Amino acid sequence: MGEIQRFGLIFIGAVLVYNILLIRFIALCSFFGISNSMDTSIGMSAAVVFVMMVSSTLSWLLWNYVLAPLGIGEFLYIPAFIFVIAGFVQLEEMFIRKTAPTLYKAMGIYLPLITTNCAVLAAATEIAKPGFLKLNIAYNYSLVEAWVYTFGVALGYSVALILFAAIRERIDIAPVAKPLKGYPIAFITSALMSLAFTGFAGLLGL
Amino acid sequence: MNGSLSVLKNGIARENALLRLMIGLCSALAVSVRVENGLFMGVAATFVLVMSNIIISAIRRVTPDNIRIPIFLVVISSFVTIVDLVLKANFPAVYERLGVWIPLIVVNCIILGRAEAFAYKRGIVASAMDGIGMGIGYTWVLMVMGLVRELLGTGKIVLFDQVVINLGPRFLPPVFLVTFPGAFLMFGLLIMVLNMFTNKVGS
Repeated sequence: MGEIQRFGLIFIGAVLVYNILLIRFIALCSFFGISNSMDTSIGMSAAVVFVMMVSSTLSWLLWNYVLAPLGIGEFLYIPAFIFVIAGFVQLEEMFIRKTAPTLYKAMGIYLPLITTNCAVLAAATEIAKPGFLKLNIAYNYSLVEAWVYTFGVALGYSVALILFAAIRERIDIAPVAKPLKGYPIAFITSALMSLAFTGFAGLLGL
Repeated sequence: MNGSLSVLKNGIARENALLRLMIGLCSALAVSVRVENGLFMGVAATFVLVMSNIIISAIRRVTPDNIRIPIFLVVISSFVTIVDLVLKANFPAVYERLGVWIPLIVVNCIILGRAEAFAYKRGIVASAMDGIGMGIGYTWVLMVMGLVRELLGTGKIVLFDQVVINLGPRFLPPVFLVTFPGAFLMFGLLIMVLNMFTNKVGS
């Protein structure tokens, strides 16, 4: 299999077939928590793409050059990765606050939330320790493949989140039965979205 | 003592993390395919919740405000590693089924949320009670979800390799319920039922 084909498979797999929100069920808190407004969803998506790319790179380097050679990865990977993510997000927040106040205003409030966004930890662990998420595309990721995969996951997250936010804005003005108002109808909507995404299963043999 | 009890009850019902605060959903929806999964996941999360609440409450005076979140996460992840390794060694079959959700307890919003909102501000005993209450609240919802989904989705309940309830061959189970979209649907219906019930009581 050619290099480009592998990239393509990893990417499509990450965006559609194993969509992190609707198929893998990861990062649902933010999915329901912030999807009631379009602006927030877009801001959060941008922040997630950025943080994920950096934290996955750091985790990949940490695993391949420190944890795996020393043979301590198996029982240290959880604290190590979460510390990288939390530490990076914290540094990042302080840095942006000091250097780019406008950017901080736009993105700042999402940064602390991202630490507990399961998608970041899940993607970081998957690229460092392939097979973690039990995907059919579990390769031994090279650094470039790790970037492709992470970008795909983040994009899949953004697509699902923004679509869902758009639907929720419509639901707000629609007549909904009283006991279903608010969260129940949101869950039923996401059930239908998830059902639609299961249709991608088997795409390109993934 | 009265205070501790109300803290405990708060977590089980009034501020139930899953049904009221809508946090910690990922693991709850993904794991609740079977009652047994719900039980193990609930116990694992409760253990982490209680222990990390105690430690964070104990060190709250020496924790610098600016870097408190990384510190919380290191505490939490140590306990998650304990759970991860214990389950792997003693219950390999369960570990296989719960899969990624055990390591992902680290980023379970309930645990960090309670550390931030409760344990960082209150005493050790109150924090421990809060952890127990929140843990029980999480576990019972998981088990109810698991009960409905397993019973209706597969037609029987299997606990520790023994068939406890069997609806018999004439019941054709809607497999949809044990798939991912089914989880969303079930959870939405669960909140709906709860809303109808609480509204009636209120009026």
